[in-house]
Amino acid sequence: MADGMFVRRLRAWFGSMEVLHGIDLAIAAQQVTAIIGPSGCGKSTFIRCLNRMHEVVAGARTEGQVLLNGADLYAGDVDPVDVRRRVGMVFQRPNPFPTMSVFDNVAAGLRMNGISRNGALADKVEASLLQAALWDEVKDQLDKSGASLSGGQQQRLCIARALAVNPEVLLMDEPCSALDPIATAKIEELILELKRRLTVVIVTHNMQQAARVSDVTGFFLMGELIECDQTSRLFTNPTDQRTEDYITGRFG
Amino acid sequence: MQRHFHEELQQVKDKTLRLGSLVESMVERAVTAMVDRDSNIAEETIRSDDKADALEIEIDDACLRLLALHQPTAIDLRFITTAMKISTDLERMADQAVNICQRAMELNAEPQLKPYIDLPIMSQLAQKMLRDSLDAFVEKDVPKARSVIAGDNKVDQLKRQIFRELLTFMMEDPRTIARAIGLLLVSRHLERIADHATNIAEMVVFLVEGRNIRHSSSPAI
Repeated sequence: MADGMFVRRLRAWFGSMEVLHGIDLAIAAQQVTAIIGPSGCGKSTFIRCLNRMHEVVAGARTEGQVLLNGADLYAGDVDPVDVRRRVGMVFQRPNPFPTMSVFDNVAAGLRMNGISRNGALADKVEASLLQAALWDEVKDQLDKSGASLSGGQQQRLCIARALAVNPEVLLMDEPCSALDPIATAKIEELILELKRRLTVVIVTHNMQQAARVSDVTGFFLMGELIECDQTSRLFTNPTDQRTEDYITGRFG
Repeated sequence: MQRHFHEELQQVKDKTLRLGSLVESMVERAVTAMVDRDSNIAEETIRSDDKADALEIEIDDACLRLLALHQPTAIDLRFITTAMKISTDLERMADQAVNICQRAMELNAEPQLKPYIDLPIMSQLAQKMLRDSLDAFVEKDVPKARSVIAGDNKVDQLKRQIFRELLTFMMEDPRTIARAIGLLLVSRHLERIADHATNIAEMVVFLVEGRNIRHSSSPAI
């Protein structure tokens, strides 16, 4: 059973520009933590530090620790590729592999991890598509191109793809921004299901979504974590004036 | 999400009904304390007020949470704001029941002034108005709500009748004044309870039709 993530004194730079100024945050296991804040506050950079995607950008670096089950993901002997399997990610624009079928999209990670027996693949693909609440809609069309699905379905396909490799944490960077309200509602419903098994961190510029979906919400501003609290408390009685100004729409 | 939201709405409904039940029982027992001249019942009923206060706060907190976290609209929004107002009326009714208990304890310490006939009738009417207003809330039943509003006249009439009768007692014999005033106050508390039930019924009309009929004196609404 997972133990959650702990972020300690996390700093991040693009070249010489420091964009995260020492973040300390506890991300509880099997809960949904939402990260909100105005554009440019560092929330996407933050979430990309959680699965070592920030460092992929030329000139980008981090300092500090990100602990998953007590072990620092940035320790010298850790394989960043394995981090990205354990800490999966779903992006703003659904990005199924365009030339692959629905089946192959979900199986891609499994094949890369050495699973090639057809029976085992098929079972895992079905299980992942079930977990992503997409199985019923695609079970008779597994060989259709991934790109032929609707936007909402593509996003659930990407979630299935991330789930196939058994992550402990799922990061979601504005996963519903490109989707219509009904598709958004389906994904939000799915998130509430997923948190029973996984830890979910969702970055969203939609405060109402954070309020609906999360257990804990963190408010970022100019590279700092201003406040982090139970969602019900943050949205009814925040401690910091800047948090209140943001969530009431007085700025940002 | 929708599922969780609707479950939470149901919980608000359930808590409101529980508070309504508690208040109804408090009113009945308060009048029993007077009619049976049993001050133990009065004391017990006064202690129930803490439960009523706690339930009102629970309902308000739950409604606040629903508003903050789910951005409800239309009937859901009207339901939540109505529930908040109804819980206030119910809590005030509980306070009135406590007041009746206090009058009962004072009256029980003196010889009974007269047989209590009209006050129990008033109490029955007020309790029925409370029950019907909450049924109307749960069933979204506008005709039932309107009948509660219409029933308020009868309670007011009874209060005036009681006043006239007690006035004659007081004019004939000043030694009856303290007890007569005690009984008058009980009739006032019961009349306020009926008024609160009327408020609840008016909120039900707002909930179902989206129209505010409060504070209007026109009977043909």
